[in-house]
Amino acid sequence: MHVNNEKYAAVEEKNTEISRSLFFLNRKANFWRLTPFLVAALILIPVVVLFSSFLMPTDDVWRHLVETTLSSLLINTFWLSVGVVAGTSLFGVSLAWLTAIYEFPGSRFFSWALLLPLAIPAYVTAFVVLGLFDYTGPVQTALRAWLGSELTWFPDLYGRGGVTVVMILAFYPYVYLMARNAFLTQGKRLLEVAQSLGLNHKQGFFKVALPMARPWIAGGIMLTLMETLADFGTVVVFNYDTFTTAIYKAWFGMFSLPAASQLASLLIILVFALIIIEQQFRARMRFAEMKRSSRADRIVLTGWKARAATCFPASVLFFAFVLPVLQLGSWAAHSLIQSLDQRYLEFLLHSVLLSAIATLITCFVAILLVYAVRLYSDTFTRIAVRIATIGYALPGAVLAVGIFIPLAWLDNQLNEWMLMLFQIETGLLIQGTIGVMLIAYMIRFLAVGHYPIDSSMQRITRSIDEAALGFGLTGWAMLRSIHLPMLKTGIFTAATLVFVDVMKEMPITLMTRPFGWDTLAVRIFSLTSEGEWQQAALPAVTLVLAGLIPIILLMRQTDK
Amino acid sequence: MDTLLKLDQIQHAYGKQTIISHLSFDLKKGEIGCLLGPSGCGKTTVLRCIAGFEPLVGGGILLNGVVVSRGNFSLPPEQRHIGMVFQDYALFPHLTVAANIGFGLHHSRMAERTQRVADMLQIVGLAEVANKYPHELSGGQQQRVALARALAPHPDLLLLDEPFSNLDISLRERLSLEIRDILKNLHITAILVTHDQDEAFSVADVIGVMHQGKIMQWDTAYNLYHRPANRFVANFIGQGVFLPGRVLSPGKIETELGILTEDIYHQCELNDAIYHPGNEVEVLIRPDDIVYDKESALQAIVTHKAFRGAEILYTLKLASGKIILSLISSRYNHTIGEKIGIRLEADHLVGFKKENYTDIQK
Amino acid sequence: MFKLFSIKRFYIITCCFISLLTVNVVQAEQVVVYSARIEELIKPMFDAFTRETGIQVKFTTDKEGALLARLKAEGKKTPADVLITADAGNLWEAAREGLLKSISSPILEANIPAHLRDPQGQWFGLSIRARTIIYNTQKVKPSELSTYEDLADPKWKGRLCLRTSKKVYNQSLVAMMIAEHGEAEAERIVKGWVDNLATEPLSDDTRALEFVAAGRCDVTLVNTYYYGRLIVSNPNLPLAVYWPNQKNSGVHVNISGAGVTQFSKNEHSAIKLLEFLSSQKAQNLFADVNMEYPANPQIKPSNVVAAWGEFKQNPMNLVKAGELQTAAIKLMDRAGYR
Repeated sequence: MHVNNEKYAAVEEKNTEISRSLFFLNRKANFWRLTPFLVAALILIPVVVLFSSFLMPTDDVWRHLVETTLSSLLINTFWLSVGVVAGTSLFGVSLAWLTAIYEFPGSRFFSWALLLPLAIPAYVTAFVVLGLFDYTGPVQTALRAWLGSELTWFPDLYGRGGVTVVMILAFYPYVYLMARNAFLTQGKRLLEVAQSLGLNHKQGFFKVALPMARPWIAGGIMLTLMETLADFGTVVVFNYDTFTTAIYKAWFGMFSLPAASQLASLLIILVFALIIIEQQFRARMRFAEMKRSSRADRIVLTGWKARAATCFPASVLFFAFVLPVLQLGSWAAHSLIQSLDQRYLEFLLHSVLLSAIATLITCFVAILLVYAVRLYSDTFTRIAVRIATIGYALPGAVLAVGIFIPLAWLDNQLNEWMLMLFQIETGLLIQGTIGVMLIAYMIRFLAVGHYPIDSSMQRITRSIDEAALGFGLTGWAMLRSIHLPMLKTGIFTAATLVFVDVMKEMPITLMTRPFGWDTLAVRIFSLTSEGEWQQAALPAVTLVLAGLIPIILLMRQTDK
Repeated sequence: MDTLLKLDQIQHAYGKQTIISHLSFDLKKGEIGCLLGPSGCGKTTVLRCIAGFEPLVGGGILLNGVVVSRGNFSLPPEQRHIGMVFQDYALFPHLTVAANIGFGLHHSRMAERTQRVADMLQIVGLAEVANKYPHELSGGQQQRVALARALAPHPDLLLLDEPFSNLDISLRERLSLEIRDILKNLHITAILVTHDQDEAFSVADVIGVMHQGKIMQWDTAYNLYHRPANRFVANFIGQGVFLPGRVLSPGKIETELGILTEDIYHQCELNDAIYHPGNEVEVLIRPDDIVYDKESALQAIVTHKAFRGAEILYTLKLASGKIILSLISSRYNHTIGEKIGIRLEADHLVGFKKENYTDIQK
Repeated sequence: MFKLFSIKRFYIITCCFISLLTVNVVQAEQVVVYSARIEELIKPMFDAFTRETGIQVKFTTDKEGALLARLKAEGKKTPADVLITADAGNLWEAAREGLLKSISSPILEANIPAHLRDPQGQWFGLSIRARTIIYNTQKVKPSELSTYEDLADPKWKGRLCLRTSKKVYNQSLVAMMIAEHGEAEAERIVKGWVDNLATEPLSDDTRALEFVAAGRCDVTLVNTYYYGRLIVSNPNLPLAVYWPNQKNSGVHVNISGAGVTQFSKNEHSAIKLLEFLSSQKAQNLFADVNMEYPANPQIKPSNVVAAWGEFKQNPMNLVKAGELQTAAIKLMDRAGYR
């Protein structure tokens, strides 16, 4: 729908006009105005707890770090981030382009199968890759036996390369999923526009499709980057020291939670700076939707091009999913009899239930935020929303403590008040309830829910709001009847990512779960923390399988 | 003038479904052609075949005498030097107006490009919004940006796919004239696709009326209106009524409005029927063929009227109950139910064999 | 699914949410345990305890650091009665933070040797984890081996594999070496180890053992139960145990241990649990389930473990492992031991 009145030349003017009229028309306007700030405030609580650590003494942890390992940690972290971002972008974007635009043998299968690695926790992939390819693994052992000599040429998996490759394999689906959504909606049509201006497919991709998909790709990259910076499980398997390693070392080794919190605070500042820079970079640009091509058909590849097009995603999928799952499966088969008991169903149920509820809450809050920004796109609201997504960049355990400390404080205060007012001993009311877990998950994974929904919202043109306004639809009604149906793909994407991420989450689950609320992830933690990787295969496989359900649902949804 | 574009018996199919069958036309250099037809007639598909987005099953397309599409060959669109204005303009939302216009000039040097963009901005009258983004423009401005973008790389041929359908009516008329002027001043050869005949008449030199993947008539606007080649074109273009008549003698047809002689009708689909006395025929009567004449013995009752400014379009009922249309100066303001005198005054009358369906009210 | 977002449902969800928040069942006669020792290694003993005494045991597992932070944040209101860890350093830290209570129990004092418990009675070792030398039988003769310190000798150049310094077992080992030799000497030794490494430090003991078995290196330092697990599943590996420092300080041991929390509301039951765990009935369960050594010297280890031979333990009190852990980490950072 287009409203084409010359008198509305400047859109800025138009936007403020919408906001203004909405404000007056909608009695609940204050709700939308306040939502981002309330959510941001909630998420700021653990952040403030972390920053308050600067008030506490940290002995000489800092001096020690600066004198010894800090520089190498920073260099390691930098190169890991660069490598992972470059790799995930390359894989994610190219695979998305391939499956969104072209048709080749298996293209339909790959378009959803390429998401499967999402279901495998990165540290599991790491362990499997090391188990298979390091010195004692079957690959090198067989090669040594065959060649009869030491393999001096075999790449050192414990260096920078190994951990980077594993993280790329584990995290590329974030970029893939986001980029694919962008390319699918742009469709072949965008290429036609470029061709009519004398650009071939390749030029069309680089000059049009890629720049136009930027908010999506940037969103995927931000998720990847945050995940990389916050990762502890994978780097530990490779014994690769990053900034996060230092955080844990300060805390668990040197018993200095304040020092760990300070380090984590720096991480927050860094990520926030990156977010702001990305935001500034595309300040005035809009990425509203282009109409799809009248025919949604894809470009058919034939001959060697088709074979090459099949081989590329096939090999990515093999290393990122098939191999780890086969290895896990064979381990799981060994330990099946001894570890499969009726509690398994309970673990599975807990995992799925928690993930599902957390997904609902997180997506709901993400929609509120995105919609609030659409109504009030002033700087403060934007910043509030950005703050609200910061939880994903924090190492899980650090965030878990940041959430737990204020909760415990609140509990103690509540107890005091109740005692004072009614002489009732309440005990710990809030702690150890599922509610706490769910809020904690929301704080951690809001970014994962936010980016896909936000990108979808950006492609809905403003004139739709005007049209809706013309029909007297405002606030909730406009959100429900106009935006939600158009945000469907974004919401499903967000829901899948959040669901799978919650399933895999460990530190928050460990710290905030009520007694007896063990999940598959807790189970994996227990077994791996004592080095029982083979035993952990069964819960890991179950986790992967449960994570596949939403992924398959998502693909059926977006391919309609 | 040389022929720039030649469509020779082109055929296009989607799966088993034939979309275009044996369609041909030529377009001379500097001419503006138009494919006019109801939605679903295949006109956009023809445009996409010319652009190179759709492959041909048979026939060929020649541009400057060179085959660009054939049964199993298709020159990639980007190598055809054909510009295109899309229905929704498809402007790049992430680029400024100037960058959008300069987009197709990626081969040129920077200075050349800047100059060309400035020229194009001048031509379409958008110099002041060069640094704005598309979403900051009105619909009419976006349309002109799309035109400038397509013209900037000096295409041999410009294709316009329903370029005015997203604009409101008042803007549509103004812009269509503006765009014709721009195209004519720059001697651009262009093909327009539309379902709106007013648009086609105001922009195009030559128009092809399409129906079910075929061109029914490829002609000037004047001829389409006054000398339709077949009943479909007669129906589709303009307004009119088919009035039954009977051949009296070779070259003479008797109708309710009087006896028509050979010199005032255009022979169409009649072949020899007209030379056989007693044959039933139908004659196309346009509203402007019927004039008001208070002296006339021929009387009709006013059943509807539509005010058109200088004229009023009356729907009249003849004594036989037949309905005809008449465009009468609005100086005479007849009331509904009034009985008025009319007279047939026409240079071109078109006769057809009698068919079951009779008239249309477009 | 979109109907979920109506205001009405929003309120319903919120209400459900609040009700979830307030459900917190309190039971009588029970002990609540925060354990860094995983479920598999504690649950059998808890079940035995409940059968014996009728006292229920409720527990949650997490990493040591998280459990300590949790105890601290909960303060006086903590539901926890007992803290169990898989090393001495974290127990020492819990005691330093005032999270543990001094208890005096003649039974515990009789069952647990003095060097494996806190002098103030804040924590007690319950099983012994011995960190020893494992060598490749095809490439090393036992006569070549002598002490931990000797592994710094250039003759081991390119023959040593080590687990990462980030694991607490190595931190404790180095802390005890600082206590014994002083910081300068300990740093010289660790530097010597780093110089002798055949490959970058590995992420876990099992991998280090596999590297030795595959011939990538000749010797490594691991906890015996990792060796036990590997050799049980694959008896043909060319690996053997060597007990170092038998002529002087003895083998470095760590503990898996427990303490009663400062604000325990069931102190009596908590002490009962600890006493039970140190007793004959539980000691074998506690140690054998993970092929560890019982802390109670009267109890013999399992047959598999006993087959590795007897050894002299380092008798220095493990308090040192906690006190000097930070110093040990800094030392290893300086020495370039990742």
